[in-house]
Parts: sequence; structure tokens; C-alpha cells
Amino acid sequence: MPELKKAKEPFRFYTRLHLSGLTGLRASTLNQLLTLAKEVPGSSIYHHTHRFLQQHQYLSPEPPNDFAYWVTEVLGEDELGEKLASIDTIQFNTIRALRERIVETIESYLKDNPLAKMKFSHEGDEFYFIKSVSFVLPTNYVVYDLNEFVDVLAKITIDSIYFHIFESRLRLEKANNDFSNWIESSFGDKELADSINKLDPYTYTIEDLRKTMIKIIKRRIARYDGKG
Amino acid sequence: MAKVEEYIPIVGQSIIDDLRLLADKLKGKVIQQINSTSVGGGVAEILTNMVPLLRELGVDTRWDLIKGGERFFQVTKKFHNALHGRSEEILQSDFDVFMETSNENIKEVNIYGDIVFVHDPQPIALVEKKAANKWIWRCHIDVSNPNQKVWGFLKNFIAKYDAAVFSAPSFSQKLPVHQFLISPSIDPLSDKNKEIPQETIDAVLKKYRIFQDKPIITQISRFDRLKDPLGVIEAYKRVRKYNVCQLVLAGGTATDDPEGAKVLEEVNNAASGDPDIHILLLPQNDIEVNALQRASTVIVQKSIREGFGLTVTEALWKAKPVVASNVGGIPLQIKHKYSGLLCHSIEGASFALKQLLNSPEYAVKLGLNGKEHIRNNFLITRHLREYMLLFLSAYHTEDIVYL
Repeated sequence: MPELKKAKEPFRFYTRLHLSGLTGLRASTLNQLLTLAKEVPGSSIYHHTHRFLQQHQYLSPEPPNDFAYWVTEVLGEDELGEKLASIDTIQFNTIRALRERIVETIESYLKDNPLAKMKFSHEGDEFYFIKSVSFVLPTNYVVYDLNEFVDVLAKITIDSIYFHIFESRLRLEKANNDFSNWIESSFGDKELADSINKLDPYTYTIEDLRKTMIKIIKRRIARYDGKG
Repeated sequence: MAKVEEYIPIVGQSIIDDLRLLADKLKGKVIQQINSTSVGGGVAEILTNMVPLLRELGVDTRWDLIKGGERFFQVTKKFHNALHGRSEEILQSDFDVFMETSNENIKEVNIYGDIVFVHDPQPIALVEKKAANKWIWRCHIDVSNPNQKVWGFLKNFIAKYDAAVFSAPSFSQKLPVHQFLISPSIDPLSDKNKEIPQETIDAVLKKYRIFQDKPIITQISRFDRLKDPLGVIEAYKRVRKYNVCQLVLAGGTATDDPEGAKVLEEVNNAASGDPDIHILLLPQNDIEVNALQRASTVIVQKSIREGFGLTVTEALWKAKPVVASNVGGIPLQIKHKYSGLLCHSIEGASFALKQLLNSPEYAVKLGLNGKEHIRNNFLITRHLREYMLLFLSAYHTEDIVYL
């Protein structure tokens, strides 16, 4: 096992803070939802499929995207709600592809269940399209090896973890998360990079994700040190 | 006034670190906040707490007021009610009165901010002074179903701003400017929300002759029709048939609300003859409000319309079970049966009140969930962060901004 070495390039932690932008667009029926889901900016699709990750840091009975929630709770279309909730977001590398899957799911359901078009929400319960405006800032944390990395990972904000794991991969269209990219390119440790990359971050709270990554990296460091 | 450091035990160090990072990006910019009153109402309260904190973080923030006489504020109150969807007869003379005072303010108010942040309709016309600086309009009102005559009038001004900010997604309208969703917040260290000793609570109850021998149902609100104090009394009377309890309706009046006295008279009439209904016209005394909320068994907010409902935020932060109308920003704060109970009618409110009075353990659970939800989403630290992002957004149009 090679000994713990300095990275070729240091890793700077960034953070991402966001504002919710309002679009003035709202849907009362599935047809309207479908039409608007095709037209709204990608930052709106991103918002409605990722909002819950940051707003509900404790375990809560929220379904994983706003489309699923609205279709189930407001229109009472449980089956479509389940289909939308189980879209496997981690499989998609672009918002474009994720949007297409959402659109296809609704279209296919409407084809099989034409009566669902008749349902509409009450006033005030419409689906309001919101978009996410992200502000990416460098933090003061720069690390040169895995020990330093894991120390910062333990104390950095969840917004920073969120940026490097979710936003960077899907919204900035990188194939992998930033942590895995750095570990592979700077240390050549593909095994460790892959073990982080294969976590499905959508099924963890961000705090649990932090703990899991720390555990994996610490185990690796112990192996480098010959203690593992 | 609390210092930024004092929020660390409540929200954590990293949240405060982020605020400092953002404040640093605003160095050299002057933020000018403008509204119509320095006391009374939620807007003045938020600014009172927020301006010193922004300054301490290093953001040069100043706060100016417009002037207006009784006629002007009568008209803006009519506008306010009409924007909330209440039926109001709006005459051309109302617009004339509004413009007359607005033109005086346009002449009088000194505009010096790099970013001018205008709150609510009263000062909206100041945007006529827009030059190369950035202008943002902050709407604190529920405009989900506005009177079109008033909205159309205001829209001409809104279109001249660089951006508009609303408190709930349902308030968003099709507008030719950028729009943002920013919920208001409470300050956990202000007199209204900080922890206070039991002796203080007891002293306030004694002052108002409220005995703790019966569960206390409380609504804290201005005496305003949109807060439906008469509906609260009706709901209480229905509960009272089955549960021993008492009702506290407490509130002051804002200096820009001339209708309050009339509503208070109607409320006193409706409550007369029942010694268990306490109608308290409070002076501006936040410690007393804090004490009354903490002494309450259940807190109600049965508003017909609501901008956001900061009294709900305050109650949840004190881990109180809340029954509130499903309007405005309230559903952002209360997830039904998880962090409180939502209602749509007097009957619904009285049923929810009975449930909470009869199931105290359930009530405690709702209150605790509510408190955590407020900690994560509706404290002043989150609000400071979003306002600083908003100011920064004035210089960017893209959806991903690298600072």
C-alpha cells in the first residue's frame, strides 16, 4: 500500500448558497404541469428536484421531489406520484436528461389515464414554479492531503458538501462529484474515488453523507498508515 | 441589541462564517432601506433587528422613512386591504392622494444608496428617482389575489425596479422584473423571542389579571379585520362548550393603521359579558408579548389573509402548539399535523383547538417539531444571508453566480 502523499493539486472547498427565484408560472392541472415542465428554465427543474435536500436536514416524511408531492397530495394521483418519486436522480448527469424523464413519466401516465387530465387543484394549491439561483463562493479551506481533507470535511458547512456532491455533478455537468475527481486525479486512488462516487447521495441526509464519507476516507488513511 | 457572535450557540459557527464571507463581497456598497414607519408592524420590527446586524457584519446599511399624513395612510391602508383581496371601493381621489404625498417624498427623500431597498407600497413611487443605482421592491403583503385596480397601479412602479421580492410562492405574479422568494424571519435574541424567567411571565399575567387556572388560548395580532379577531372569539365560544379555557386577544396598533380603533370596539362588544375573554390593547412592549406567548397553552392565528404570519413563527419558536389559517406564508411554517394544525374556517379552528387541549402530548410534539423547523428556516441569520445574496444578485443576471 503506498504511503499517504501530498496531492498534485490542493483541493479548495467551495460553498454554494442559494436564492429562490419566482417565475410567476403556476399549474392547476396535470396538462399545465406537463406543458410548463417542458418550458421552465433548467434551474426550476433543479429547484424542484433538490429543494428537499437542503430544507429538510432532519428526517421528515417528504417525498424526494416537489412534482411527486403535488401530484399525490393535491391531485390525489398516487400512482403517478410514486412513479415521479422513484425517478432515480443519481442516474442523470444533466438537468436536461432529468427533465426529459419527468416529462416522459407524466406523458406516459396521461396516455394510460386520460381521466387524470380532468383533475385540478383548488385555488391556492396550484404548483408554483420556482427556480434556484446559486451563488458559488470559495471558502478559506484548502487541503493538501487526505488527513487535512477529512478534518475539513468534518467541520465544513452542509452547503459546501452539497455543492461538491450534488450541484457540481448535475448542474455543472461534471461526470463525478468533486471529491472523487480530486482523489482520483491528485492521488491516482481510483478505488477510494469510486467508493465515494458509488454512494447514492439522494438517499442520505447530508449529515449522514458527511459521516459516511469520513468513515470511508479514515479507513483508507488507516490502510495507508499500515494500520488498516 | 444582540451581536452576531451571540447567534453561534443557536445556529452554529458555520452559518455565521457564511454571513461573513457574503458581507465581505458587499464591501463598498451602501444599502439604503426605506419604509413608512419605524415602529409597529412586522416590517419595522425586522428592520430594527436587521440593520444593526448588517452593519456589524460590515455592510453599510442605512434606514430612511418616508413621510405621510393621515389621509395618505388611510389610502395606503385601503390599498393594503384591496391587495389582500378585500372588497374596497378605490376612487381616483385615492390615487391622487397617494401621488400627492409620493411626489412630496420624491422631492424630500435623499437617495444615496448603491442599492435602494424599498418596503411595501407606501414608498413605492420613490423609484421615479432611479438613476444608475439598483432598486429592489420588497412586498410584505399577500398579493395572491389582489384588487386589479390597485395592483395595476402599483405594477407601473414595480416594472421600474430591478427586482421584486415576495414572501410566498403564491404571491408571485407575471412581472417584467426578476422576482425572488424570501421569507421573513424572527430574531431569537430579541425581547420578543428570547428566553425569559418564569417570574417575568407571572408578573405580566398578574398585571393583566390573567390566572393560570385554565388553559390559555391566545392570538397576538393587531386589531385588524384581516386577522379575524371576531372569528377567534366565535371559535373560542365553540370550544368553551366542551372545554374549560380562557381566551387572550392581545395586540397594539401600527402608526400606519387608522382602522384599528373601530375593530377594537367591535371586538370588545363581542367579548362583553365573558370574564374569560381578555382583550388587551398592548403598548409596544415586546417582553409582554413574549410572556403572553410563553404562558399560552395554544396559540391561534386565524387570519383571513396574511403576509407571512410572524406571530406564528414566534409561537413555534417557543415550541407552542399552533392553530392557524392556511393562508399566505403560514403553510410554509406549518406542515399540517407535523408542526401545527392548519384550518380554513371558524369550525375548523375550534375543532383543532379542542384536539390540542384534549391531547397535550400530541400538542407538545407539534410544538417541538415546529421549533426545529423555525431554527432551520426562519431565523434572522437565514434572512441576513438571503438579503445579502439578493443585494449581490442585483449585479448578476445568471442562475449560477460565481462570487
